[in-house]
Amino acid sequence: MSTEPMRVETDVLVIGSGAAGMYAAIEAARAGCHVLLIDRSLIGRGGATVMAQMTVAVALGAEAPDHWSHHLHDTLAAGRGLCNEALAQLLCEQGPECISEMDRWGVGWARKNGKITSAFAPGHDRPRCVYVDFLNTGPAVSKTLRTAVHKIAGIERKGDLCVVDLIKADGEVTGAVAWHAGSGAPVTIAAKATIVATGGLTRLYRRNSASANMGGDGYALCLRAGAPLIDMEFVQFFPIGHLAPRLIGMDPIMWDPFRYKLGGRLLNNKMEEFTQSYGVAEGGKYVITRDVGTYAILKEVEAGRGSPHGGVYLSFQHCPGPALREAFGPVIDRLAANGIDLTKTPVEVAPIAHYHMGGVAADARMHTEVPGLLVAGEAVGGANGANRLSGNAITEALVFGREAGRSAAERAKQMRAAPVTQNAGRATTDLITADAPKNVRNSAEMVQTLQETMADDVGPLRTEPGLKRALSRIDELARDLGERPFGDAGAFDLTRLDWFDLRNMLTVARAVTQAALLRTESRGAHQREDFPGMLPEWHVNQTIRLNGGRTEISRTPAAGAVAAQ
Amino acid sequence: MSETATLKIWRGADRNSGSWELHEVPFEPGQSVLDGLRWIRVHRDPTLAIRFSCINANACKECMMELDGETVYACTARLEPREMTLAPLANKKLVRDLVTEIAPPAERLAIKGS
Repeated sequence: MSTEPMRVETDVLVIGSGAAGMYAAIEAARAGCHVLLIDRSLIGRGGATVMAQMTVAVALGAEAPDHWSHHLHDTLAAGRGLCNEALAQLLCEQGPECISEMDRWGVGWARKNGKITSAFAPGHDRPRCVYVDFLNTGPAVSKTLRTAVHKIAGIERKGDLCVVDLIKADGEVTGAVAWHAGSGAPVTIAAKATIVATGGLTRLYRRNSASANMGGDGYALCLRAGAPLIDMEFVQFFPIGHLAPRLIGMDPIMWDPFRYKLGGRLLNNKMEEFTQSYGVAEGGKYVITRDVGTYAILKEVEAGRGSPHGGVYLSFQHCPGPALREAFGPVIDRLAANGIDLTKTPVEVAPIAHYHMGGVAADARMHTEVPGLLVAGEAVGGANGANRLSGNAITEALVFGREAGRSAAERAKQMRAAPVTQNAGRATTDLITADAPKNVRNSAEMVQTLQETMADDVGPLRTEPGLKRALSRIDELARDLGERPFGDAGAFDLTRLDWFDLRNMLTVARAVTQAALLRTESRGAHQREDFPGMLPEWHVNQTIRLNGGRTEISRTPAAGAVAAQ
Repeated sequence: MSETATLKIWRGADRNSGSWELHEVPFEPGQSVLDGLRWIRVHRDPTLAIRFSCINANACKECMMELDGETVYACTARLEPREMTLAPLANKKLVRDLVTEIAPPAERLAIKGS
């Protein structure tokens, strides 16, 4: 292509329009900056936020006394000693402000007697999770933030822009180069500050609970730009993802709200409760944490006591029909349309990739190590240590988004002009318009092969042979991917998008697998079958950097003051 | 013998010069039309353009298309063991195959020549 790529300028570039990105955009615009909010999909529709079913953890103290320090205590305990305490404190301390602002914006937190009500979720010392009925927390949060974004002057929104690389000049990030899906053309964006709010990496796994666009792009973008990643071995699996019977129009994590409100019973194929054999007797309540729940279910299946589709049963047969109706109203009708009557039959559930505790290393102002590059939301690593507490993800998105918006605005206002990016990003614009090599592999099949590899060998239960097998498959996929993108430079060529995605997914998959191979102990979401038990010498965080195409991993002592259990 | 669904899919980047393609996909009760389209990308043709994000939660509202002439979300339309005709939305600007321009105008980037 001979024409110059399209070039746009802004004060603050926000990549990703989930809750973190939208809150960041709002805050930077409130500080007087011009903001360009972009998303690889539609604005405020994709990502993980919109998928949230219920709980948002916050020490609001509206119904009963609470204080952010109690929330922090529980967050640090869940993190098994590895949390970055400054980030965890920010999440807990500022959560109430953001939740209250969302309330003023009309999100519609569920109320009882006029007061915002809170549900109890496993790992919390008291009811602490606000929500929007019925199973509507994510859509309500997304919609509220979309409306707030519309109302504030200074935010320009553009969808269908998938960032391929960040641009650097003199050691600082000065913007990004994106592939525009609607045309296939490259777009260069110059920005005084760039916020990566692209969410997590659940798309690396066969069964996952988030959107198809959560392939870890932000981690790879930051890593290539020189920012280190932290805690990459800790992928959270949600224990009771829906497995069978097949149903449509429902999110696989939908059983969480049912358990919050009604308890429910986890049963093996003998229709007996089993979690007590793994140290947690539930007694009809929902108390098992995500890491222990995942472990218990997988071990029960391994022992031959699983359900027909390879999970376990979740039963609400003890709940009377009217109680189900009162708790979930229209959702009961949606289940009936799928042929499910909870009073008569149990459903099958199994662990499903849900959230990433690891991410880009950042300080409490959301700056990465690279000037001009900030992160927000799930893209940030460290706040949740080795295991995230239920309900902390949306809170983290809101709080970290707001903080990143503030910090980015401060930086942008100190700079006179947008940085010059005349030739910066040229290598990436050339890549976007490059001719494809001949006889390439099916890109969608490559994505599926990677997902199967990660699910089979880098899932919740890990071993050295499995992790090594995964690394060699990742290398093989990287060889097949090559250096030039598949497909053509036309509009919406999904093979070209798959190529850019695989470039990122393989980088991130390798980071997760290498960190998991090095950590020869079991802690939180990282369970090594060949190294059971938590070890004091592994009370460290692992940091990953990219050095000339090779990943380097180092260890630093974790701060965790709360004794890991 | 296992059942199949036949998806008759409109392909092309120009309304006037597109073509219809037939794909047989495995059928299992409880599957969605989107499941069938994703199967085609993995097993037959990765260039098939579809727009989706949330996969099966009906949360992102991106997978709108026409099934037998009716506007549906591909993630909530049930796959059936028969021939099903899939076309891009008739009232939106065509991008490619089953993908149309569905974003609000203010949220689209205007690129020269597109």
